[in-house]
Amino acid sequence: MTEAIKNKTGLNRRTFLKTGAAAAGLAAGSGAITGFPTIWAQNIKNVTLRQFGTGVSNLNDVANKVKEDLGFTLQMTALDSDAVTQRAVTQPDSYDIADIEYWIAKKVFPAGVMQPMDVSKMKYFDKIAPLFITGKLTPESKIAQGTAPHTVGFVESADATKFASEPTKWMTLIPTIYNADTLGIRPDLVGRDITSWADIMDPAFKGKASIINIPSIGIMDAAMICESLGTIKYGDKGNMTKAEIDQTVGFLIKAKTDGQFRSFWKTFDESVNLMASGEVVIQSMWSPAVAAVRSKGIACKYQPLKEGYRAWGGGLGLAKHLSGIELDAAYEYINWYLSGWVGAYLNRQGYYSAAPETAKTFMTADEWGYWMEGKAAVGDIVAPDGKVMEKAGAVRDGGAFEARMGAVACWNSVMDEDRYMVRKWNEFIAA
Amino acid sequence: MTASTAGHAALNKVSKPMRPPRKIWRWSNLPLVSYLQAMPLALILGLFLLLPILTIGMVSFWDYDSVRIYPDFVTFNYTETLGSWVTWKIYLNTFKFTLIVWLLTLFIGFWVAYFLAFHIRSVTMQMVLFLVCTVPFLTSNIIRMISWVPFLGRNGLINSSLIELGIVPKPIEFLLFSEFAVVLAMVHLYTLFMVTPIFNTLMRIDRSLIEAARDAGASGFQILTNVIIPLAKPGIAIGSIFVVTLVMGDFITVRFMSGGQSASVGLMMANQISLLQYPAAAANAVILLIVVLLIVAAILRVVDIRKEL
Repeated sequence: MTEAIKNKTGLNRRTFLKTGAAAAGLAAGSGAITGFPTIWAQNIKNVTLRQFGTGVSNLNDVANKVKEDLGFTLQMTALDSDAVTQRAVTQPDSYDIADIEYWIAKKVFPAGVMQPMDVSKMKYFDKIAPLFITGKLTPESKIAQGTAPHTVGFVESADATKFASEPTKWMTLIPTIYNADTLGIRPDLVGRDITSWADIMDPAFKGKASIINIPSIGIMDAAMICESLGTIKYGDKGNMTKAEIDQTVGFLIKAKTDGQFRSFWKTFDESVNLMASGEVVIQSMWSPAVAAVRSKGIACKYQPLKEGYRAWGGGLGLAKHLSGIELDAAYEYINWYLSGWVGAYLNRQGYYSAAPETAKTFMTADEWGYWMEGKAAVGDIVAPDGKVMEKAGAVRDGGAFEARMGAVACWNSVMDEDRYMVRKWNEFIAA
Repeated sequence: MTASTAGHAALNKVSKPMRPPRKIWRWSNLPLVSYLQAMPLALILGLFLLLPILTIGMVSFWDYDSVRIYPDFVTFNYTETLGSWVTWKIYLNTFKFTLIVWLLTLFIGFWVAYFLAFHIRSVTMQMVLFLVCTVPFLTSNIIRMISWVPFLGRNGLINSSLIELGIVPKPIEFLLFSEFAVVLAMVHLYTLFMVTPIFNTLMRIDRSLIEAARDAGASGFQILTNVIIPLAKPGIAIGSIFVVTLVMGDFITVRFMSGGQSASVGLMMANQISLLQYPAAAANAVILLIVVLLIVAAILRVVDIRKEL
């Protein structure tokens, strides 16, 4: 906030010089001069951008690298996804860059607290995976249900708050990170092959199953389960009718009172502890949580299922109040984000980068083969922090990028009946 | 929290400024002065207690959607809350926890205090042992609660020892993520709130009363029921107010120890707040406040806590 105010104190000589230099720098940066330390790097050093978002991509390594490559300071704040939504809408002056998921953007963007980004200022726009532009990974793939990123990825004009039905030159978020989620299992304790979402309801796992207690994500997992059991046929899982919500929650309540679930988890570490301690042998899980269980030397598998994955995606958006040199810095940051270093970093954590081509140049052939092509690792696979994640010969659960992201059944979503769904979800937790 | 402040308010009534018997001119005779004297407390209570409660009351009538709240005057936050079976079930559940935890903490707390007050002879030793009781409070209550988890789990300390000793063939499941775990953790967390006030009142009991009762031929049990317990009532009441308000408002113990399997009013509010449904949570808070104030009023009606203070 203070940063923003300081720069709006009228047009004195200093700010005039600053903006003048910035404009010149931008002109230079846009084509003539490539490489990062551009002319205006002197001014940009004083800039601080405040980014906030969920924990997954708020990485200190990224902030350090930004300081090194771009010269300005990036302050990061990590919150849980509900708190992120709330802060994005109610305190728009408290951040410059919002690192949010697409379903959160569906709630936040219509509130008019963010500004869309000009596609023509993005150097790597054409490198962004088509999943975020047209919704299709390959021209022949089917569009998944739920809040698919491309449906909330664009608006019609610079000050529009309504989403456009097809790609325009104004983007709401630039995609940064995404993944396909499935169930995590303890292969040593389940004692059978797990092939379907329905397996979590197997009486053999009574008192040994768990699902996530974040309504907008948990309801999707529940829908995948109900659909594969054949108990409910959905029109669109990502946008249920009241009757479908009633049925889904009714199903969950019955399973809960029958004692199917051991616990419900809300945070990353809870899910890791449940699995590592053997309290639970099959549950909804996030990919780094699976890696965390494995790093304790405990077998844990991110089991691909025949119905497909529940996917999620996040991106960076700009606060409405950003202008002048801060806005330029933000664009510089976005371009840097897509230029490959961060992409490679995220790929190495088991997520996917939005511009795979640029990330490839920052990864070794072996890393690329393991994470993206589903090949057996030739050497040990090392996490960004230097810890060995997988021994040589390991193959990624679910295989190649196309196999995983191509089998997405639905995206995390916000429904029209959101409020009703949340109320029913509370009933499930209370029952 | 609010209920305990109500308790304070009741205590404050006692110290009304007394007028001196003869009319001598003093600063304190001016009506303005007494107002000024009451001002700091009134300001603090007004700003930090009354104003927030009024705000909560106001917001409980507002409208909301999935991200924002809108100033309005609607009553559906109350009708939705009171009209739902979930609310009633959760209140019932919360009362159940409160009753069980209250009975257990009262029983344990009373006997710990009794032991400290009557069986330990030297005052130094009494104080040392009392301080020992407070040692766990040097750590955060979340840590104290979480530390039960590795202890009670399926492969936790208790289960693995029981299995190794051959007492049970397979792990006992109800130890963790159950109502048992919630009650256990709450009793552990809140018993000291019972011990302290009861110990305090027991220490004030004139020992000659007990000797007199003994001389008059009372048995140990009669002394307990006719002398000690009646005189300990204010301490029991204060301890009960602490425990009842803490348990009624608790959400984190219920969430962690039941693993989301069980609900309490506080947890219901926490869920609503995390989903940005502030008006609904505010309506819930107002209802809870009224319920807790009623319970505290009932306790104060049974026991006159001013008598002993």
